[in-house]
Amino acid sequence: MNWSEYSRFVGDIFGAPLALEALIAFFLESTFLGLWIFGWDKLSRGKHLAMIWLASIGTLISSIFIMAANSWMQNPVGATYNNGRAELVDFGAVLTNPIFLAQWPHTVIGAFMVAGSFIAGVAGWHLAKQAKKATPDAEDVSAYRTATKFGATIMLVAGLLIILTGDLLGKQMTQVQPMKMAAAEALYTTETNAPFSILTIGSLDGSKEVWSFKVPGVLSILAGESTVKGINNLQADYAKTGFTQADGSQNTLQKEFASKLSTLGVNPTPNIFMSYWAFRIMMGLGFLTMIVGAWLLWVTRKGAMPKPGKLWTTAVWILPLAPLFANSFGWIFTEMGRQPWIVAGVMPTSFAVSPTVSVGDVWFTMIVYTLLYGGLAVIELGLMFKYIKKGLPVVAPVEQIVDEDAPLSFAY
Amino acid sequence: MTLLAVTPTALQALWLILVAVLWIGYLVLEGFDYGVAMLLPFVGKNDKERRVLVNTIGPVWDGNQVWLLTAGGAMFAAFSGWYATLFSALYLPLFLILLGLIIRGVAFEYRGKRPDWTWRNRWDWAAAIGSLLPPLVFGVGFANFLIGLPLKDVAILNGATTVPVYAGETLWAGGLFGLFSWFGLVGGITFVLVFLTHGAIYAALKTKGEIHDRLMKLALKLGIITAVPGIVFVLGANIRKMLPGQLDSLRAVAWIAGILLLVLFVGAIFFVWKGREGIAFILTGGTIAMCAVMIFAHLYPGLGFDNTGLKVVLDITTASSSPTTLTLMTVAAAILVPIVLLYQIWTYTVFRRRLGVENIPDDVDEPVVVGG
Repeated sequence: MNWSEYSRFVGDIFGAPLALEALIAFFLESTFLGLWIFGWDKLSRGKHLAMIWLASIGTLISSIFIMAANSWMQNPVGATYNNGRAELVDFGAVLTNPIFLAQWPHTVIGAFMVAGSFIAGVAGWHLAKQAKKATPDAEDVSAYRTATKFGATIMLVAGLLIILTGDLLGKQMTQVQPMKMAAAEALYTTETNAPFSILTIGSLDGSKEVWSFKVPGVLSILAGESTVKGINNLQADYAKTGFTQADGSQNTLQKEFASKLSTLGVNPTPNIFMSYWAFRIMMGLGFLTMIVGAWLLWVTRKGAMPKPGKLWTTAVWILPLAPLFANSFGWIFTEMGRQPWIVAGVMPTSFAVSPTVSVGDVWFTMIVYTLLYGGLAVIELGLMFKYIKKGLPVVAPVEQIVDEDAPLSFAY
Repeated sequence: MTLLAVTPTALQALWLILVAVLWIGYLVLEGFDYGVAMLLPFVGKNDKERRVLVNTIGPVWDGNQVWLLTAGGAMFAAFSGWYATLFSALYLPLFLILLGLIIRGVAFEYRGKRPDWTWRNRWDWAAAIGSLLPPLVFGVGFANFLIGLPLKDVAILNGATTVPVYAGETLWAGGLFGLFSWFGLVGGITFVLVFLTHGAIYAALKTKGEIHDRLMKLALKLGIITAVPGIVFVLGANIRKMLPGQLDSLRAVAWIAGILLLVLFVGAIFFVWKGREGIAFILTGGTIAMCAVMIFAHLYPGLGFDNTGLKVVLDITTASSSPTTLTLMTVAAAILVPIVLLYQIWTYTVFRRRLGVENIPDDVDEPVVVGG
């Protein structure tokens, strides 16, 4: 709606994964979720269980297509410039895009981490409540302990896998989007055995570093290259040869398009402040989640109960929020770090917008969306807390109902 | 002036038909759940009755809605030029539809989450308004496709002589208020009324007892009212000037579909009167499908745009994706659409039982109805 020229330019490639996502994933998710929610007394136990598996598989398939589409924007493979637009040559290349292969697991495991933390947070809160009681309910304690440990284990395991896939993604990104990595590190000039910056303060115009504290050699290890290119050097490279990957190569679409881009005068540098800090907040919150996960497992080891108190309360509140914001900042980083490109090295974002949609239209819809979702968020949180406080429902066995006048086991 | 840049390929024609099929799936299926939700505050006299209505569509509305997403996705994948120009042209109308879809979706989920009647009644109204917006806007929109959305050449507009780097030549030239011609309004009103009738018949088909009898009476009244703008819409759709490139043979198809849809609809009213809501439901479904056929017959080859006087036309050939993409999508659609149809049909058989107030489980704290 807001991106007509983007849609026109990339629709031949970008549209296919989106249509497939709707056709395969969305139908699966929505249909079988409905069957699961309302099917308790209509399906056998096995069939009913299969419904939630199908809905869950649908969600996972959904992530594959949307990440393939996003990865193509980071690294436009399998395409050629034809008829004034990017056209699909090789769908296999789109699905084996090295960025996709790293970014998809990185993102999906990030989602598992949020889910695990949410479970651990809710169950941990209840567990502390039980610990305060003179006579804790044995059944509840057992359920909440299992859930806390389950969530904490996911946090820890997911954290390790996120580090692995993030490392892989970082190396790929350094190759295909060297500017993004340089911005993430606020590395202004090319360095061999580049250090990892713990804190860098740049000059106001964003062209050089004023003060920094760094760990030597670590960035080079993260990037998988001994020499990591700096922002200023990459800018000079762009002015000379146009958009290139770290090793000086271009993919087909970038190569075919380079001569047309040279006339547009694009400044190839993203917002360094946002890239640098978003990258750090993402990693910091990710590590924090892992540490809290490990601590939860330690505290609840061998049947021990957590000690209710400020520390525990803080932990269960941090739990769902830390990985949620880690994911958000990961997205802010990867999308803002890609700027000024909507398709890396091919289409600048400013050329992708809808000429027929006015600034006023965009403001209007933005404000209404914000108010609407803000209002819904308040209601959603209110309901969420209400149901969290309620605790576990009484378990009632569900049977298939034959009597046509009997009440349903579940209804809106 | 070119009427058609090149002759459309079989793949391009096939995809216009497939897009039409996906729209038919959406309009027929979600048509009734819009209708049921719009009727919610008016038909449900107490909380139990409203819950009966919500539960007739509860398990299926989400799956029905995906037909719309898939239709949009298919337009993007198969005719990216169409999607690009159209979805930006109708930015604010589509925004209204999204608002409707957002509030109706949460309304079904939230209404039962609190015991008080004010809360539930408010969400029922949210569901009704949220379900009114999409058919109203789509009705106005489709009517405007029949008129032909005006386009402009951007290259000419900017005085540029060369083709732009990014091939964004043909853009919408109309204004928001230009959409609300008398015919546009008739389109909106007709869509809303048809879905109300379709929804009332569906709800009657899925319920028993007193609420069922009331729905049948309502469906009869709604059907008779709907017939008036319906006839105007069909005549208005078919009696209009030819847009560039339109074919006489397809105009004939549109006429036949238009007359057929009126016949089917009159049949539906007849069977409601006879107390046979099953047949009536199939007939209103057929009416909606024929309406889509009538509209899409007019969309060849100009996709609902008026290309008169344009240097670079936007039609089924220039908007289309490459043969590679179309082939890929054809294979995917040929395998997946039948599978989706099969499991969605199965869903309807799982939830085939009629519901009555006796089937609605008691609420822990059921609200005392003050209004209603």
